[in-house]
Amino acid sequence: MEATVVKTGTEDKTWGGGNQPLKASYGKMMMWFFIVSDALTFSGFLASYGFSRFKFVDAWPIADEVFTHFPFLHGVEAPMYYVAFMTFILIFSSVTMVLAVDAGHKMKQNKVILYLFLTIIGGLIFLGSQAWEWATFIKGDYGAIETRGGQIIQFLDKEGERVAIRDFVAINDADRIPQTRENGLWFVQDSEYLPSVTFNQVKEGFLANDNLLVRLQHKDEHGHHIILSREESIAKVVNDGQLVVEGANLRHNEYGHPLFANFFFFITGFHGFHVATGVLINIIIFFNVILGTYERRHSYEMVEKVGLYWHFVDLVWVFVFTFFYLV
Amino acid sequence: MAHEHKLAIFRGAVKFKSNVSKIWGVFAFLSIVTIIEVALGIIRPAFLIDTHFLALKLLNWIFILLTIVKAYYITWDFMHMRDETTGLRRAVIWTSIFLIAYLVVLVLIEGDYIFEVYKSGFIKFDF
Repeated sequence: MEATVVKTGTEDKTWGGGNQPLKASYGKMMMWFFIVSDALTFSGFLASYGFSRFKFVDAWPIADEVFTHFPFLHGVEAPMYYVAFMTFILIFSSVTMVLAVDAGHKMKQNKVILYLFLTIIGGLIFLGSQAWEWATFIKGDYGAIETRGGQIIQFLDKEGERVAIRDFVAINDADRIPQTRENGLWFVQDSEYLPSVTFNQVKEGFLANDNLLVRLQHKDEHGHHIILSREESIAKVVNDGQLVVEGANLRHNEYGHPLFANFFFFITGFHGFHVATGVLINIIIFFNVILGTYERRHSYEMVEKVGLYWHFVDLVWVFVFTFFYLV
Repeated sequence: MAHEHKLAIFRGAVKFKSNVSKIWGVFAFLSIVTIIEVALGIIRPAFLIDTHFLALKLLNWIFILLTIVKAYYITWDFMHMRDETTGLRRAVIWTSIFLIAYLVVLVLIEGDYIFEVYKSGFIKFDF
């Protein structure tokens, strides 16, 4: 590793920066130390996720209940498959990146161009997949009721299958009257969060369907949600119900505890931001490779440095995947 | 440029002829581990869920272990940690592992404590 690219003018000064005991160039070492600090940031986030999960361990939604969709397969329960696909995309783009680094060591410009291009494509596919995952999560699935205490209760039929709110609630807009300037109410705004049905409509639909039960956010000792009898269900909905929740946002989450949604958005969002900047840096380096910058420098070390960052993004995803989707 | 790559993985049990074939070998290994993880995540075998070890389900320990194995090979072979000097390797790895393990253990114990406080009616100890 004696071929350091950047000459700092200190090569012969042992105590002035000329000595390299770690045999790594300045840029590469700084990339490693940046990665350490960024790894600590991510572990702080994941540790706080673990904290909240342990705090509400009997009411935490597991990913198998939440992420059950696959694009173009409507109504098919496919937990894990889509996120497994995303994981493979990211690992594969890591492979093409390390192949680009390898081609760079051998000074093969065309191969570096090809592999970097594939890496960028992989990153873009991953970002698109993540956007789809977010959209599906935000849009929601079955819908649920939030109680006054902030608990989520979900609807089941007598066989224990989930029932979507839209299937038993007559959707009409009778409750909603458009306000116009003539009413003198031009300053009244809709509330920020507006589900497609009101709580009263859901309550009527629930009372009219005798085969509907509710299940609670809390789980028994075997990890199954507690399912109430018809009488208990009616009492729960009528006495405690307050709000219809469809999908997930930062305040409400139809799948369970709202903190789950908060952490999901924050941690996968922060990771997605890293992927996005990684793609951007890769694109810049990609054009530099095409322009022959590193041919003139006689070294592709810059590819290696952005490669380190890209692998780190993959490394973080491995942990996010485990702690959000598997554990 | 004299880039020497160490081409043996699994403590020398598998040795590759070139760096490129090593990359594909590691990719195959990481894929197998991921497939095992996903399969376990879909099946969720009952005996692994019902068995607990150190406050965690055995299944979750398996996931965490496999994740660390994957992280090791990504760092060592994709990020070329295997080829770096011992000093750089230790500066990066030991620092991170110590700080992360410290944080995670303390924070998880605290989370579990608060869970117990909530469960037992806001009184954890009653002298």
